[in-house]
Amino acid sequence: MTTGDHQPAPGTVERRSFLDALLGFGLFATAASFLYPIWRYITPPALAEPVTDTVIAGKVSEFKANTGAVLKFGTKPALLVRTSDGQFKAFTAVCTHLDCTVQYKSDTSQIWCPCHNGLYDLSGHVISGPPPRPLEAFTVNLRGEPGQEDVVISRT
Amino acid sequence: MTQHVFAWLDERLDLSGLRAFIAEKTVPKHRHSVWYYMGGITLFLVGVQVATGILLLLYYRPSAGEAYESVQFIVSHVEFGWLIRNLHSWSGNLLILMAFVHLFSTFFLRAYRKPRELTWVTGVLLLFVMMGFGFSGYLLPWNELAFFATKVGTGIAGAVPLVGDFLVRFLRGGDDVTGATLTRFYGIHVAILPAITTVLLGVHLLLIQRQGMSVPPSVEKREKAGETIPQEPFFPNYVLHDVMWWYVALAVLAALALFLPWELGKKADAFASVPAGIRPEWYFLAMFQTLKLIPSHVLGIEGEMLGVMGFNVAAVLLLVMPFLDRRAADGRPNRIVTLAGILAVIYLIVFTIYGYLAA
Repeated sequence: MTTGDHQPAPGTVERRSFLDALLGFGLFATAASFLYPIWRYITPPALAEPVTDTVIAGKVSEFKANTGAVLKFGTKPALLVRTSDGQFKAFTAVCTHLDCTVQYKSDTSQIWCPCHNGLYDLSGHVISGPPPRPLEAFTVNLRGEPGQEDVVISRT
Repeated sequence: MTQHVFAWLDERLDLSGLRAFIAEKTVPKHRHSVWYYMGGITLFLVGVQVATGILLLLYYRPSAGEAYESVQFIVSHVEFGWLIRNLHSWSGNLLILMAFVHLFSTFFLRAYRKPRELTWVTGVLLLFVMMGFGFSGYLLPWNELAFFATKVGTGIAGAVPLVGDFLVRFLRGGDDVTGATLTRFYGIHVAILPAITTVLLGVHLLLIQRQGMSVPPSVEKREKAGETIPQEPFFPNYVLHDVMWWYVALAVLAALALFLPWELGKKADAFASVPAGIRPEWYFLAMFQTLKLIPSHVLGIEGEMLGVMGFNVAAVLLLVMPFLDRRAADGRPNRIVTLAGILAVIYLIVFTIYGYLAA
């Protein structure tokens, strides 16, 4: 290498490019140290959602035959149906298609989702429409003095 | 890659003007140059506030029933939520501190003199807006201390003659500090003040870019006498220096946020007794302490009113300083202004410390 020539010797790293790399690395590390906490922060925390297994819907006498009622079951709605012959059936009221809330249709004795016209029978099976899966069924028990029984819905 | 993108943009937008501006822009170098960076640090902290503030919005709920719980949720359940909140609280405080340092450095270096009067005016207005941010943001966690401090703080507005009662109702969104106040302060904090800041800061920065850095009168005199003042290229030299200072600010901020977590305290309860040692944020402490010291009546005028009017007069004087200090425009020294500035700094420091010790 001649004097005054700033070409680096072969195989050596020039001071400038070394410092440039260091600067780039520093900026990259800064960006990463900013972005990682932000990414973790904007990810919604997994809430310890209280798992509801049982809910008292009310007294037997409150539910007439051939009607349905939507009630709160944990954080999601449930559908309680009293059939024409007086039996109780309960399902999740969340349609398996796109999460709309289903309702009981007393004229046809079917469960109907108004969003996309999905129909389920009283066992929760899909009759027609877009729902891909049957509705999850819950167990219904009657508890208490005869005539004063509570309708209790539980997850099976 | 970057060059391709730039070439693509250049072809469509003709960035030659901008390129020339950046290439030719220089910043004077002299023994007072270090003060140039204070505004840059303040700007950096504004950026931190915007970023962390937006993040807090994702989980914060502005209602009396949920505000405290949502902040509790942020600091205890959301990952790094404690970090974001601590950064926002600490950065807000550092921002006001740096804004004061920036204000007094430009004051003593007479940077406000012609032709930079408007830069000064927008800067002083920005400081007031920042204090408004501090005041409105303080209430948002809806804790006991903030609740009572806001009661006192908004009550002081009642001392303003004629419009005092209206002002109090206007600030509180009713006769008392309630959930309505919280919603109102929230709106002010996240929408109204940011909008005002955007405009003021835009003008402030545009003026600085347009007019270049001011040099102190002493340096200007040397320049006029024929001496050449060394200049430093704006890009990359000055920008890198600026970023270096930002790293210093970041280090201080991170240390504070990590080792001195901002307390949340107890949830606000309008029917609880006022906690002892109630006082506002430190940047209002000097004013708070002054109001405490003024007798209830001075020459037949209500003391509180006198104090509030005094602060208003001081604020206006500060705002119009470039138009009062005519000597600075001609490059002549003005002892009265310098003395007033020194007294103001001493007053602020002494009364802030006094306020702390007295509480």
